[in-house]
Amino acid sequence: MLNATVAELSSALAARRVSSVELAHLFLDRIERLNASLNAFITVDRAHTLEDARRADARRARQDARPLDGIPIAHKDIYCTAGLRTTCGSRMLENFVSPYDAHVIERLSTAGAVMLGKTNMDEFAMGSSNETSYFGPVRNPWDTARVPGGSSGGSAAAVAARMAPAATGTDTGGSIRQPAALTGTCGLKPTYGLVSRYGMIAFASSFDQGGPIARTAQDLALLLNAMAGFDARDSTSIERAPEDYARALDIDLKDLRIGVPEEFFGDGLDADVRARVEEALRWFGAEGARTVPVRLPNAGLALPVYYVLAPAEASSNLSRYDGVRYGHRAQDYADLLDMYLRSRTEGFGEEVKRRILVGTYVLSHGYYDAYYLQAQKLRRLIAQDFVAAYRDCDVIVGPTTPTTAFALDSKMDDPVQMYLNDIYTIPAPLAGLPALSIPCGFDRQGLPVGLQLTGNHFSEARLLGIAHRYQQASDWHLRMPAETPL
Amino acid sequence: MLPVLNAAAVELAVRFGLAVGATINRRSIFARKNYFYPDLPKGYQISQYELPIVQGGTVAVALPEGEKRIALTRAHLEEDAGKSLHEDFHGMSGIDLNRAGTALLEIVSEPDLRGAKEAVAYARALHALVVWIGVCDGNMQEGSFRCDANVSVRRAGDSAYGTRCEIKNLNSFRFMERAIEFEARRQIGILEDGGRIEQETRLYDPDRDETRSMRSKEEAHDYRYFPDPDLLPLVVGEQDIARIGAEMPELPGVRLQRLTETFALPAATAAILTSSRQLADYFESAIANADLETVRQTANWIAGNTSAKLNALGIGIEDCPVGPAQLRGLIDRLADGTLSAKLAKEVDDAMWAGEGSADAIIEKRGLQQISDLGALEKAVDEVLAAHARQVEDYRAGKQKAFNSLVGQVMKATRGKANPAQVNEILRRKLD
Amino acid sequence: MSLSKDEVDRIARLARLAVRPDESAAVIERLNRVLGMIETMRAVDTRGVEPMAHALDVVQRLRPDAVTEADQHAALQAVAPAVERDLYLVPKVIE
Repeated sequence: MLNATVAELSSALAARRVSSVELAHLFLDRIERLNASLNAFITVDRAHTLEDARRADARRARQDARPLDGIPIAHKDIYCTAGLRTTCGSRMLENFVSPYDAHVIERLSTAGAVMLGKTNMDEFAMGSSNETSYFGPVRNPWDTARVPGGSSGGSAAAVAARMAPAATGTDTGGSIRQPAALTGTCGLKPTYGLVSRYGMIAFASSFDQGGPIARTAQDLALLLNAMAGFDARDSTSIERAPEDYARALDIDLKDLRIGVPEEFFGDGLDADVRARVEEALRWFGAEGARTVPVRLPNAGLALPVYYVLAPAEASSNLSRYDGVRYGHRAQDYADLLDMYLRSRTEGFGEEVKRRILVGTYVLSHGYYDAYYLQAQKLRRLIAQDFVAAYRDCDVIVGPTTPTTAFALDSKMDDPVQMYLNDIYTIPAPLAGLPALSIPCGFDRQGLPVGLQLTGNHFSEARLLGIAHRYQQASDWHLRMPAETPL
Repeated sequence: MLPVLNAAAVELAVRFGLAVGATINRRSIFARKNYFYPDLPKGYQISQYELPIVQGGTVAVALPEGEKRIALTRAHLEEDAGKSLHEDFHGMSGIDLNRAGTALLEIVSEPDLRGAKEAVAYARALHALVVWIGVCDGNMQEGSFRCDANVSVRRAGDSAYGTRCEIKNLNSFRFMERAIEFEARRQIGILEDGGRIEQETRLYDPDRDETRSMRSKEEAHDYRYFPDPDLLPLVVGEQDIARIGAEMPELPGVRLQRLTETFALPAATAAILTSSRQLADYFESAIANADLETVRQTANWIAGNTSAKLNALGIGIEDCPVGPAQLRGLIDRLADGTLSAKLAKEVDDAMWAGEGSADAIIEKRGLQQISDLGALEKAVDEVLAAHARQVEDYRAGKQKAFNSLVGQVMKATRGKANPAQVNEILRRKLD
Repeated sequence: MSLSKDEVDRIARLARLAVRPDESAAVIERLNRVLGMIETMRAVDTRGVEPMAHALDVVQRLRPDAVTEADQHAALQAVAPAVERDLYLVPKVIE
């Protein structure tokens, strides 16, 4: 059961081969056993989880089962959960208990999912290695000396290590797809506006999107069915007819136009990663898809553009942490200004403070036009590149990350080296596009490689279908990390 | 929590913009104004910066030297902040966030105002207008209508404005006038001592009648405005603008002019009648199908009697116990001679006391003016017979005796006689 | 370009963050690396390009003028560092 997918668990639950309470025990026990070494979870509340599971079993007993009834799911600790603390990986919110649930939490709960706990993450989702968490780094189940990626590193590691069949994440510049790639799991960042940001702690509001991390494309579809949906409380939530993303996964690959941008295969791309991605492209070709070269001429600017815009929004979003209404307040202070300074300086970690400083700088008087406005204009150019590319192709395929998982502590001294990990994942959120990462093999060290599929707006069903077809013919996604045997 | 814009806020902003003849921007943008203050829960205020919903427009202000049109820079939608309560909480301040996040419209005028009196006249005109068009209940104590005043001084003849200070916490027109006067004197004092004015935000303290600095001077202001990523561009459709314009009540200036011209009312009377939309509505309801004389009498009655009574009770016309149709019933009896002015006031008092329509009160109290000529002649004859001495005095040329005789007739008829008629009959009989 | 200590202090102050003297050099050095990376986008000619503030080209939806939030002050203030008489307490705002 620990190795089963969400779809398989649903069948088992429906056939009464297992109860929701039994599943909850199974995963809670595994979390208890593995968390000391992986540190994937920040908060686990056994009683709460078992109560959820009992209710799911009761619904099933009275023939009232919902789509995900009884399925245990871990939540990134960025989603507010009423009654269970939400830290966002920060000392600032170490003891914060939200009075309300995030929309995503509400929806998954309504769909019957059982909350397994809150997963570790980079502080305020700022990081690509999960090393900026106040609660310590998460370790990669494939090699515990390596990082799982970030910021949704806890969710990705938990799914990879079979501590949870699926998990929620959030993606701003790659925070779902990059850790999915580094842990051999699947992760989807939906089109901006598809998943409500209500109750999802804000990092960079014009990029942030919630999405699922799971072991198969089919499971991603099942989770997205529950997570996506209009929410009047989020002004950027899109009102559109609901889709069943799991209904038509067996799509036809014949004549599918796969765009391959040369910009995603340049310097800095690891040879093994390139080889695995090219193998995947050949498989698609053999299935009748056509690969077409496309250009994203401004993609090279995505990293600097993102590191102007996201910190700018973050510097403003994180101003609410002032020690007045919730969160960390310093013990001693001389006056109001001192209270602000101490509370914020103590409550935030180094990377968060760096991004607040960068964001404050690029918005400040005299620099706005040169940095912030310039970056907004370049964002438009990058988005237009995609519009042009999608005239020639249906999906853009490339590597999710330039390298496989790197060693803990290897990039913490150089933020720019760390940021470079996201060069392939950043363009999609700049344009609000959906993108997913699925495993496509391993490098010579046995570390998983991620394949990234980026689609046009609201093309999630097609992306998931393409990924599903690939997974019907490959077993990369079924491999289990040797360090965390069942 | 994320912000979602209230449709009513947009509608009222547009209504205001149309009322002042401003441009309604079809597309406007919400920005974040970033600064730390305990009454600002997010550390930024959502406001409109580069592209506000309303741009331009003017407000007419009646000044002793004539009407002046004050130009508006803009009116933008923004969110309200909370309130800091500075009473003592063991040396701390208490923050009330209940109104934080509520939409408000900030109306910014051009630097067209010269002195405290003008500023107050403008604020009053604006207040009357926003209440008239229904975008604000006008309650200043509760903060529904609040003013900040930017004050600067300059030497006579200088063309450039001096450095300004913004004064907050002006929750009455009286405080506004005093605060501006104090602030101008303060700035003049500094300049005359050779000092210079620091641009800053100051708070008016009504207890001490002074302004004082609100935020520490060392703080450099750099609000780092940028478009709020949580709120999308606000688009106002042509149809909505047309509908809001069509639903706009007749504006006070237009109504004043119409009433003055249509009914030849004195300017002062018309000004009172249009001091609020409710009062003007009341008047127009009361004069339905009336002839010009009745209109004139109704106008005088409302501007005089009714207004005095409302003022004495401190209530508005909407709480007046006498409805417009009821008042008209009274005026009609005045116009057709049934009631003398004196009796009309008595009937009015009774109507205010809830005794019903004018006719019912007249009937119940037997207050009809005696206009039956025979009855009046009889009353006059009786008085003349009883007061032979006054008759002689009058015939001897004493005018006062005549007045005394009129008074006796009025007394004998318990005030119900028509004084003009009494005069006429007396003269006929005596001369 | 690279920021001086004074400039970093000014920005930190705006952001209500303190930079400890002993970590100041490292903070500035890393900050300048990031700004150096960002610098590469400044040279691009973007004349005539409309800035893009949102991921999608959609307009603001309006909500009906109705009360949607219940009074939750007890729950909200339960997590506050200092509350008295339903007010959040902070060091005196005005001396």
